[in-house]
Amino acid sequence: MSAPIIDAAVDDLDAGGHHEGSSFAPIDLVNEALTALLARPSRAALTALGTVLGVAALIATLGLSRTAGAQIVSSFDELAATEVRVEPGSNRAFGQRQVSTIPWDAEDRLLRLNGVTAVGTESDVDVGGALARSVPVVDPLGRNESQIPVVAASPGLFDATRATLRTGRTFDHGHSERGDPVVVLGPAAAARLRIDRVDNIPAIFIGDQSFAVIGILDDVARRPRLLSAIILPDGTARQQFALGAPAAVQIEVDVGAASLIGEQSVIALSPNDPSLLRAQVPPEPRSVRANVEDDVNALFVVLGGVSLLVGALGIANVTLVSVLERTGEIGLRRALGARRRHIAAQFLTESAAVGFLGGLLGATVGILVIVGVSAQRDWTPVLDAELALAAPLVGAAVGLLAGAYPAVRAASTEPIEALRSG
Amino acid sequence: MTATVGEVPVPSTGRPVVELRDLGRTFPGPPPVTALSGIDLVLPEGSYTSIVGPSGSGKSTLLHLLGLLDRATEGSYLLDGDDVSDLDDQARTAIRAQRIGFVFQAFHLLAHRSAAENVELGMLYSRVPRRVRAERAVEALDRVGLAHRRSFSPVTLSGGERQRVAIARALVGRPSLLLADEPTGNLDTATGESILALFDELHAGGLTLVVITHDREVAARAERTVAIRDGRLEAV
Repeated sequence: MSAPIIDAAVDDLDAGGHHEGSSFAPIDLVNEALTALLARPSRAALTALGTVLGVAALIATLGLSRTAGAQIVSSFDELAATEVRVEPGSNRAFGQRQVSTIPWDAEDRLLRLNGVTAVGTESDVDVGGALARSVPVVDPLGRNESQIPVVAASPGLFDATRATLRTGRTFDHGHSERGDPVVVLGPAAAARLRIDRVDNIPAIFIGDQSFAVIGILDDVARRPRLLSAIILPDGTARQQFALGAPAAVQIEVDVGAASLIGEQSVIALSPNDPSLLRAQVPPEPRSVRANVEDDVNALFVVLGGVSLLVGALGIANVTLVSVLERTGEIGLRRALGARRRHIAAQFLTESAAVGFLGGLLGATVGILVIVGVSAQRDWTPVLDAELALAAPLVGAAVGLLAGAYPAVRAASTEPIEALRSG
Repeated sequence: MTATVGEVPVPSTGRPVVELRDLGRTFPGPPPVTALSGIDLVLPEGSYTSIVGPSGSGKSTLLHLLGLLDRATEGSYLLDGDDVSDLDDQARTAIRAQRIGFVFQAFHLLAHRSAAENVELGMLYSRVPRRVRAERAVEALDRVGLAHRRSFSPVTLSGGERQRVAIARALVGRPSLLLADEPTGNLDTATGESILALFDELHAGGLTLVVITHDREVAARAERTVAIRDGRLEAV
């Protein structure tokens, strides 16, 4: 052994400088806490298990309800949420439809509104009982004549109903303004009239008036009655069948604009008395989503909360056992200059670290559950990023709360008593 | 036991490290128990003192008072000339961190930490930077002849080696006073002898040492022995 064993100690004595106050640097605090946890890794893991389950249940619940809510919304979003229809309001006194006050230039008026993507008017045409046929000869037996509904449409209606053509073309504003005798047939109407091509410009007759068929529809996404109708330009209907005013306006809007357009469209169409018109607006997608989530969440959030509470009790229990077990260590640290608050801080940090770990693992498990269930059901997983990031912090908070009582117990340990035990 | 006691030089400068004046400790009842009373004791710098007495004599209480783990109910205690009798818990904790080293019968080493880390613990609460702590821990282990065991767990060390680690931990904070409570109590005779030889060296280096023991042979290694009985000091 070397001779100048405590030279340094003597130097310090001679200097006579004493720094009052003991301290515990944060990095040392974290280091001591983590080292103590890692000394018993399986115990730390088991302690964290309750928090893992609680946080996983919460994350999975919130994520799955959001995911499910998003699926329900997206299934009707596309069509219903972007459809607005304006019709005359009903006469309250007589329960009858009022005379339509929709102007002929409805398309122009509404296309100016921000959020409107397509507009078309739609009216039933009263043809006075005339039958439709595709041959010029009137068969006395009437075998080739059919009662087919006739609809007058503005050119924009095809876009507003997302109509697709099987063949030919649709009519345009020129046809409408000139009152050209042209029609577009719905596929069912075309079948009844035995017309399946338009390149030879077949003619049909409504009563005695002839019309050129310029297109046959394949399908429509809205207003399926068009499939079995003869559709003619509203200008033509005005001239030949004395149509008074459009009966309804079909509007396609951007997602989320339906309510707003519903309010604005009646004013744009009937500025003098908007109450004469009524806009049918789809329910707000957001409110649907919220309803779905509320139902699912209420139950499972409670379940997750209970699991989290059980997790907290687990941490509290194990930390308390740990405090009693480590009485000697606490006494030693106090003798070496640790203040009560240093002891408390160490045990709090340990339990917070366990909670943090539990929150981290729990969030991971929860996300895996969401992804797994979504993959199985062909859903798109939806989860708030904040939720996943907040989970470890929630876990740490649970750990802090759970560690409070054991930490107080540890801090109140008297060093004399503690050092007496082995 | 060897007879080296008389040969040990006493580099005492006369400056008292510890001055106890009429010190007493009464534990509040009921019934009140007077563990110590009327203790007058001066320990000069560089002195090596043993305190002996049977169990229940009050020697542990005296050690706790000297180590500022407990507060006297009467009298005064000057440490390095500062009156520490009436300090609050926080101030006494700070003095423990800076000026007092403890060696326990049961070693009190942390099983999951290396020998060097256990030694570093002696500086953990006294504002010593981490890098300096690591350097000093190795130095202190070298002083007690255990530098080669620095990364070993205390579990794998022998009893004598464990007590050396504990002594290194007490020394590393450069204390004014080293308090040892039955330092050889858990060791066999040969190992205990090596610990006592280490104390002799520390004493030779100028450290102020107090050893509390019920073992007369251990007590005889000190340059001065104080006996305590029924809470009062007796000359030996």
